[in-house]
Amino acid sequence: MSAVDHLFAATAFAGPMEQFEIVSIFPFGTENINLEFTNASLWMLISVLVASAFMFAATNKAQLVPGRMQSAAEMLYQFIANMLRDATGGEGMKFFPYIFTLFVFIFLCNLLGLLPTIPGVPHALHVFTPTSHIIVTFALAMVTFLLVIITGFYKQGFGFLKMFVPTVPLWLLPLITVIEVLSFLSRPISLSIRLFANMLAGHLILKLFAGFVVGLLAADGLFKAIAIIPLLGNVGVFMLEILVAFLQAYVFAMLSCIYLNDAVNEAHH
Amino acid sequence: MDAEAAKMIGAGIAAIPLAGAGVGIGIIFGNFLSGAFRNPSAAAANQQTLLIGFALTEFTGLLGFVIAMILLYVV
Repeated sequence: MSAVDHLFAATAFAGPMEQFEIVSIFPFGTENINLEFTNASLWMLISVLVASAFMFAATNKAQLVPGRMQSAAEMLYQFIANMLRDATGGEGMKFFPYIFTLFVFIFLCNLLGLLPTIPGVPHALHVFTPTSHIIVTFALAMVTFLLVIITGFYKQGFGFLKMFVPTVPLWLLPLITVIEVLSFLSRPISLSIRLFANMLAGHLILKLFAGFVVGLLAADGLFKAIAIIPLLGNVGVFMLEILVAFLQAYVFAMLSCIYLNDAVNEAHH
Repeated sequence: MDAEAAKMIGAGIAAIPLAGAGVGIGIIFGNFLSGAFRNPSAAAANQQTLLIGFALTEFTGLLGFVIAMILLYVV
């Protein structure tokens, strides 16, 4: 069996959905509560460790004139700080640590999930994207949502509810208020589905195209030459995915900033 | 009709929103570009709004994708 045939045999059983399977690494918990350490936990832990290692290394020996690592960290800081200041007008800068953590965590989860898996490692160590699971993104979105509600009531009291009552003609008010409440309640859903569906769709396309390459290489004769087409396609999709990994983290963080703006600044519409 | 076949057809129909999302994203970026060429100095300040619009528009297409996935793998 040639090397290519071997590859094909390995992927013939692992479809494009195989990459999203949750595999237990370290069983833990009681009969009714499952707290096991899975590959999703492992990859979330890896992104936290990578982010911490980078920030510690970059700011360890901070100098007035920054080196390469330090300027990268400072640029990241400035980028998030400007985004938050533009959206909340300085009032929301208390939430900078939260937004910064959110952005870096989502970005690294997305980006590290694009690494290729080393062939032959056990399934539990395959490269995994935690953000391709809706429960992860929904939990992150709910944190933002609850933060907005709690901060809003804490800072503005019941005045926070004025957000649902814009200045419109009186006969429109009942309808508009219902729509405002519904649109407020759908925020965590739209935040989480946007991130999860982007990651899921992107990784599915990558694996489908990769499957075409392997399948065509396993064919005989001239068909092998056609394999170059999906291969080039995959290179393009991969570059797009790197952009999407950044863009979705950015959109998630920016929408969180905009939602926080409702909580820290009184609505004036 | 067989339930499995109906699922497949439903998943195919659920891909139609992608057309709408494509048109919407095209309109957003096209209008941004035509505005940006008329007043290039104001373009950088509006990039954030552009990306929010893009994210909100893209969501409708992604909902179709999610419905297709639910039909194929969950129901």
